[in-house]
Amino acid sequence: MNWCEYPGSWIGSEVLQNYGCRMASGLWVTFELVAVSVAIGFALALGLSVARLYGPRWARPAITGYTTFLRGTPLLCQLFLVYYGLGQFRVFWQDVGLWWFFREPFYCAVFTFTLNTAAYQAEILRGAIQSIPRGQFEGALSLGLHRWATLRLVVLPQAMILALRPLGNELIVMIKSSAIVSLVTLFDLMGATRLAFARSFDLSIYLYAALIYLVLVEIIRRVWDRLELRLSRHLALR
Amino acid sequence: MRNFVRFIAAAALTVAGATGALAQAKEWKEIRIGTEGAYPPYNNLNAKKELEGFEIDYGNLLCEKMKVKCTWVVQDWDGIIPALQANKYDVIFAGMNATEERRKQVDFTAVYSKTPIWMIGPKSTKSDDISPAALKGKSIGAQGSTIHANYVEKFYKDSTARLYPTQEEANLDLLNGRLDYIVADALALADFLKGQGKDCCRKIAEVKRDDAIHGAGVAGAVRKSDTALRDMISKAIAETMADGSHKKLEDKWFKYE
Amino acid sequence: MFDKIALLGFGPGGWGLALLQGAANTISVALATLPFGLALGLVIALWKRSDKVVLRAAATIYTTVFRGVPELLTLYIIYFGIQVLLQKVWTGFSIPPFVAGMVALGLVLAAFSSEVWVGALNSIQRGQREAASALGLSKAQAFRLVVFPQLIRVALPGLGNNWMVLLKETSLISVITLQDIMFIATRANVVTKEPFLFFGSAMLLYFFFSLVSAWGIGKLEQRTHRGYAAFGGATR
Repeated sequence: MNWCEYPGSWIGSEVLQNYGCRMASGLWVTFELVAVSVAIGFALALGLSVARLYGPRWARPAITGYTTFLRGTPLLCQLFLVYYGLGQFRVFWQDVGLWWFFREPFYCAVFTFTLNTAAYQAEILRGAIQSIPRGQFEGALSLGLHRWATLRLVVLPQAMILALRPLGNELIVMIKSSAIVSLVTLFDLMGATRLAFARSFDLSIYLYAALIYLVLVEIIRRVWDRLELRLSRHLALR
Repeated sequence: MRNFVRFIAAAALTVAGATGALAQAKEWKEIRIGTEGAYPPYNNLNAKKELEGFEIDYGNLLCEKMKVKCTWVVQDWDGIIPALQANKYDVIFAGMNATEERRKQVDFTAVYSKTPIWMIGPKSTKSDDISPAALKGKSIGAQGSTIHANYVEKFYKDSTARLYPTQEEANLDLLNGRLDYIVADALALADFLKGQGKDCCRKIAEVKRDDAIHGAGVAGAVRKSDTALRDMISKAIAETMADGSHKKLEDKWFKYE
Repeated sequence: MFDKIALLGFGPGGWGLALLQGAANTISVALATLPFGLALGLVIALWKRSDKVVLRAAATIYTTVFRGVPELLTLYIIYFGIQVLLQKVWTGFSIPPFVAGMVALGLVLAAFSSEVWVGALNSIQRGQREAASALGLSKAQAFRLVVFPQLIRVALPGLGNNWMVLLKETSLISVITLQDIMFIATRANVVTKEPFLFFGSAMLLYFFFSLVSAWGIGKLEQRTHRGYAAFGGATR
């Protein structure tokens, strides 16, 4: 018996035993996909927010256009266009030497998810930075801090407090959105669950999947609470 | 706000009352038929959002023979059996094969359609051999949640099985060069080879039906408790087979070429 | 190329009307869900910050459950599960898909928006509430006149995101027979074999809704920022 079949046999659930391995590999796909894309997306979103603040004048409408388009269209359509749409230009990608990237569903998914989450995170960061009173920027300027120091020491710590919970929301939304990758033959946790149901018709497999998602969300919630306490440790008791 | 709530409650009660009347009709004067609307030529939606296809015509024909009134309900494939069990409709006509697995949940009427299964691939494919050994290491595409997916996963363990949400996406990947083969219903593939796949691909071979995986053929699904309904429909199916009306519809909708 | 555009038109064989009807379904479910989800979210947020342990625990469990469980499951439970339960009591009962969709999406929106509301509530200094009580305002008045205007300013970007996510999430209602944009697009694709045309059109329709929403939220943000010198641009 494989290691992934043990939970099923301990609980005594036949369907979990039969499909436990698929669910485990689905969970791994979800984890890989979300971890990579949210991390790179966050870095990208930070960069975009800085560009919006301090960049050239054309940067602001360009970035707003990017975030509006990527937030405004369904992730499913975006993934479809990247995988099936760009995939039609196989000869071009082979010439450019990038076919190894666009051929693989996982890379296409990471690419699409990163762009998408960066757009949402950029909007969250923008809202947080804009809520910071102008006095903070003026104070930093009068202290002689240059832009990078202002960002690092004054703006971002305050912005992150405001942005934290919406960013937590975004992480959870991404975890659940990873279900879309069944469009491109990858099976995440939800995809594996639907497959298990389609074959066994046992509704309890959905229950086990829901429990796994709940555990994930609970872990994130606790981590987030810790982060919030740490970030706002300088504030008086609210 | 209160009025809104009252309106919703009234609407819910009206719908409940209407369906209540239907559910009590155990003498089966009216039947609600569930279908998917996304599987031509069996059933699909046209631009006016009306259902059309072999099963629509055939279902209406059966209802005529049984002298009952039929209404059609569109339901997504994943929830099609749970919706039947939740009494959203009474029978499923959705190109559903009568497999052993499904028989554990629902009962099936007599079979009314049985089409061959093909394997297709690029024109450049050298051999016509489709045994598991010959396809070792190749990628084979099929539509997920279908008997074809089960077939590929069971018999082609050394090949990479790629499962797609619809047949169209599998076809696209074959065109894009990500797949080596596709296994699917002959009707859907014939359509593809005549249209998009005309220049790129050809039929490699016909797949031998395995009764355990492929089941007996396409049949209507009913709840296990509705044995009277099942027998009524099976009787009507037999009648249409005998008087030639079934063949007429098949010729109209099933074009292999 | 032009005959492909005809597929989107309103003539015979043109899916234009069907797509527009799908768009109407999408936007009406989203609009019906919004007030329900936001109001419930605010209530949950207030519970999360209350003194009573029971309320805090209930709110936390609610948020964890409805953020964690995939919306598809919530929808299935409300559409199929509750119907199966209630049919034991009242045979022939059938939940209309619109109501099921609205309730399921509303419960999920409440969970996500409660997080945004809590973040915003946390940003309001205690001094504000103390001053309000010193002025003799009741708790309800304090909330309405002092806290809420400041709250909405901070919460709006996060709630805007929630709305954008909700608009896309309405595509789930296709699994319970409500014919929204994605439903029509996939059915049209299956018949006409033109995926890029129809998924492209679906994208444009959603994009249009989002543009209008972004404009509306932008206007709201401007209004809530009245009287605040916010930093939107660069200073050298």
